[in-house]
Amino acid sequence: MKMNRRRFLLGTTVIGGGLLIGYATTRPSKHAQANANLATDEQSFLTTWLRIDPDNTVTVIVPHSEMGQGVLTSLPMMAADEMDADWSKVRVEQAPATDLFANGVLIKGFAVSMGVSVPRFLDGLIDTAAQIMNIQITGGSSSVRFTGENGMRVAGAAAREMLIKTAAARWEVPESELTARLSHVHHEATGRSFTYGDLVTDAARFEPSPTPVLKDPSAFTLMGKSIPRIDIPAKVDGSAAYGIDARLPGMLYAAVKTSPVFGNKLVSVNSDAVMQRRGVVRVVELEDAVAVVADNYWRAKEALAALDIRFEETANDQVSTQSIYAQYDTALQGELEEDVEEGDTPAALASAAQVIEATYRVPYLAHAAMEPMNCTVHFHDGKCDVWTGTQDNLGIRGRVASVAEMDENDVTLHPFYLGGGFGRRLPNVTNTIDQATRIAQQFDVPVKTIWSREEDIQQDYYRPAVTSKFRAGFDANNRLIAWENHYIGRNEPAEAAHTPYSIENKSIAFAESETHVPFGAWRSVAHSQHTFFLESFVDELAHRSGQNPYQFRLDMLADKPRHAAVLRAAAERAGWERNLPEGHAQGIALQESFGSIVAQVAEVSITPDGQVRVHRVTCAVDCGRAINPDTVASQAESGVIFGLTAALFGEITIEQGRVVQSNFTDYEMLRLADSPEIDVVTIKSGAALGGLGEPATPPVAAAVANAVYILTGQRVRELPLKNYRFTTVPPESV
Amino acid sequence: MARFRVNGVEQELDIEPEMPLLWALRDELGLTGTKFGCGVAACGACTVQVNGNPVRSCVTPVSAVEGTEITTIEGLTASAGALLSPVQQAWIEHQVPQCGYCQSGMIMAVSALLTSNPNPTDADVDGAITNVCRCGTYPRVRRAIRSLTSTTTA
Repeated sequence: MKMNRRRFLLGTTVIGGGLLIGYATTRPSKHAQANANLATDEQSFLTTWLRIDPDNTVTVIVPHSEMGQGVLTSLPMMAADEMDADWSKVRVEQAPATDLFANGVLIKGFAVSMGVSVPRFLDGLIDTAAQIMNIQITGGSSSVRFTGENGMRVAGAAAREMLIKTAAARWEVPESELTARLSHVHHEATGRSFTYGDLVTDAARFEPSPTPVLKDPSAFTLMGKSIPRIDIPAKVDGSAAYGIDARLPGMLYAAVKTSPVFGNKLVSVNSDAVMQRRGVVRVVELEDAVAVVADNYWRAKEALAALDIRFEETANDQVSTQSIYAQYDTALQGELEEDVEEGDTPAALASAAQVIEATYRVPYLAHAAMEPMNCTVHFHDGKCDVWTGTQDNLGIRGRVASVAEMDENDVTLHPFYLGGGFGRRLPNVTNTIDQATRIAQQFDVPVKTIWSREEDIQQDYYRPAVTSKFRAGFDANNRLIAWENHYIGRNEPAEAAHTPYSIENKSIAFAESETHVPFGAWRSVAHSQHTFFLESFVDELAHRSGQNPYQFRLDMLADKPRHAAVLRAAAERAGWERNLPEGHAQGIALQESFGSIVAQVAEVSITPDGQVRVHRVTCAVDCGRAINPDTVASQAESGVIFGLTAALFGEITIEQGRVVQSNFTDYEMLRLADSPEIDVVTIKSGAALGGLGEPATPPVAAAVANAVYILTGQRVRELPLKNYRFTTVPPESV
Repeated sequence: MARFRVNGVEQELDIEPEMPLLWALRDELGLTGTKFGCGVAACGACTVQVNGNPVRSCVTPVSAVEGTEITTIEGLTASAGALLSPVQQAWIEHQVPQCGYCQSGMIMAVSALLTSNPNPTDADVDGAITNVCRCGTYPRVRRAIRSLTSTTTA
């Protein structure tokens, strides 16, 4: 049993004369709900693998979605480096969810045919193999650090060993005399060489090792270099295809209006009013929405706007942001669920010489990915084809199958580039997919459902609004001895509310408070709210106790050398509080998320009309080491701007049970003119790889708000900053 | 009938005069490089050039472009021959795009700006390039534009 599994971990298949090496990985248990739709055990195992063809090209098949984070480049770099492939001969393919499983020959070599719970079951049974299998597939800034580090590198190294073994056998020389370089195996002593293509067919006869020898970082030839991204050329000439660009013969287009009060049902619609309009084919009534299907999206959208659509009224029509905040406050007075309990916080607070209290809040936020939500679905011959960009192609395929009550093997998902993900295209937030499926079920031609930007803003799964209350106590020696934090929410990840600072007595607890507003993962999940709270309150404590906010933090990081180093790097690079132009101030913030530690210093001024202007953000990152340094920089820049947009402008408000904002006109985005200079410093700590898609987003709001405090004396405890009219005060009065 | 030239090709479409150019390009002509972002001219993803000027095609009815010469991202590439246009090359050089969805519009806006004003100041750029990029590629957009203007100056 054990042996079977070990053997199946890596498998090979010969196809078209090429060697195919697969690597079995599994899906994280936290996604079990989404994966419940996956029909068979086999399909719950994605594989990452690479293919070598006789013409010496190496194809790396990437089981993650490219949404701008560079995964189509960084994962192949990791496999190619370990196998000493010639990068100019490496090709990349997006793993097609359906082909992967439709072709049994392909999958059988790699996928482990056992249950979803296997990683836990195998723990302790198979040493390294167990760890290797314990891999997260989607989200959580996980691609490079899990699939790449434990999957791609291992598959690449195993391939290299097999190729060397093959050459050694052919030349009848010891393997130790051979070297691999640029897709060739060389026997330096005799000057002979084979291309990998020459060796593949024989190499496929060897069993790939699940524990090949990986390179020492000093031997890397690709990892650590800024390799130009593979997806970029198609993204500058208009040829990159996103889900919304799918074009099929006979295709129709659907425009949808969903009940603006989440969950309220459709009562009536005067469908006949638009049936005579040019191009209109049908008005489809769904449980809580109406769709107009036409031969052109604009015609569908115009007809939809002309309809008189009535939705039911429910108690939810009375809900507002104010009522939600009042509900939160009540919940925080009630029973709380304990998260962290260290020392005796109540006693420490009771004995404290000074107790400081503060309440922070942040509003709901929408994702607002640039590509409006869309999905094209075609039911035909008892089968279903789906064209869309998703953060989990298998999960979405399963979702469509479940909505349509079909066997998922009859559903083919055609992957596309994502015009932004940020959590909006995960498999647990599928209202667009569900609608598109139900609409298309009424047709025998493909139907492309496109949401207007207004639907996108008003029918999202929002980053939750959160209220967070703090109490902190200082002893007579001005030392922080107690930290109490009570907040609303069900956090993911739970550690988002954990502060890295060493404080003897800590008490962290939360209350859940259900609302009818749908919520979901938003870039960095709970970190974006909590880092604003934690790092603003810590800053508040520094000022209130008369200490420098940078030094105050540093003093509490004695047992966290990586954190301290990152904080120091940001402060030093930014020239902390040195030579700032008049009217400028700096704020600092620190957070660890998704295995990476990020510190940021924001340099800020206040405009004559009382608004915040961010001039520069210095971003220090410790993600262990960088696989593609330029991608690390671009993800850090991206994270900063995403967080800054939220800090400055981001606000979804609820009135009469519905979202007030509707488009970029009232849900504003940072633009070029307001974009700060961003200076990224990476620290090569050599620690385990951390993610980079999300960790640069959380700290920036606090860094900016902390600088605003220095300029204005006003502590920002609610976002966004656009709601304030600040007045600057002389520094000495702060 | 709506008549205009797109990327050098005469087009005659039997469509409503009020149909926005965006949907004529995407759904009628299949030119999907031009993107739908907001529908209200607020994000610039749909930017094309009409007689060389940047225009947000999602709010521009085809009746307003009668008889004009329209260039889309596909045309910008084609008109540069086998190579990409200088703006597109700079976009690769500086590794600007991330998700890439807004970049057709961004590139069309920048290319129109540099044609009319080869040496824009930062303030000119800020005023002209108001396209939304949700991935936050702005630092690289600025770097890429600066690389083009300094080249022109030299």
